[in-house]
Amino acid sequence: MSPALLAAGAPAWAQIGLGHYLVVSALLFTLGILAMVARRNAIGVLIGIELVLNAANVNLVAFGRFTDAGPKGPVFAIFVILLAAAEAAIMLALLLNIFERSGSVSVDDATELRG
Amino acid sequence: MNDILAKTGDVLRDWGPALLFYGMAGLVLATAAYAVLARKIDHSAFSLMACFAGVAGLYALLGSDFLAAAQVVVYVGGIMVLVVFGVLLTDRLPIEFRQISRETAVQGLAVAIPVAVAILGAVLGTAWPTRPEEAVADEGTTREIGVLLLTDYLFPFEFASVLLLVALVGAARLARGGRS
Repeated sequence: MSPALLAAGAPAWAQIGLGHYLVVSALLFTLGILAMVARRNAIGVLIGIELVLNAANVNLVAFGRFTDAGPKGPVFAIFVILLAAAEAAIMLALLLNIFERSGSVSVDDATELRG
Repeated sequence: MNDILAKTGDVLRDWGPALLFYGMAGLVLATAAYAVLARKIDHSAFSLMACFAGVAGLYALLGSDFLAAAQVVVYVGGIMVLVVFGVLLTDRLPIEFRQISRETAVQGLAVAIPVAVAILGAVLGTAWPTRPEEAVADEGTTREIGVLLLTDYLFPFEFASVLLLVALVGAARLARGGRS
């Protein structure tokens, strides 16, 4: 999006800046936290974790676009995406194991490691 | 006629970026909310896919073309396939685990509302540093990202690739569940 597109003719709320992206990211993060706490299904919890990671990425890219961080923002976001992929693969492998053992993917049923 | 065209161009130039942003943000938040609240976990998973695509749109609006493509390939193409597999392989649950009970909804809101207030307060109450618009490259960030990954961030890059290999081999080993 070229800077020339941000003309002076539009009102303030139509001038999309860093704050707009940070608010979207904050709401996305909150929805992820809500899913992680409120869902009892482990796949629902995984969905919440992915939402939180995406919210963090939106922040990183927005800071890269609007501040001096420049391309360092997207580079960190790439590492976050990579770790999210590794984490999703491990989590689903664990989940399949738990499901085979106990016949449930409720996080409340996986209590074997509780002291 | 030329006047009308010029006016339309002005309106698009003034409002186009804002309309795109609000559209994408609305799509992302609405699909994320449905993914969190849907009664059926498979509805949740497909709503999450639309949410990831919307986030890719936000990256594109931010001028991060490479990351938008990576988001589509890795999240929409990869992680979503994993999640859908997980849903299909474990879809024999009693109905009460599929939805959010009143008890856990209260617990979730008790955590989520303070988090939202704290983050939104910090976001809206801080004067964020900005850089002049002239400094923003118009041709996207792919080249700069590539240079950074192979110079300043070479070690994290290689380390991350080894980590990903270990994680995927480990996941394959775990998913076999002790069977040889």
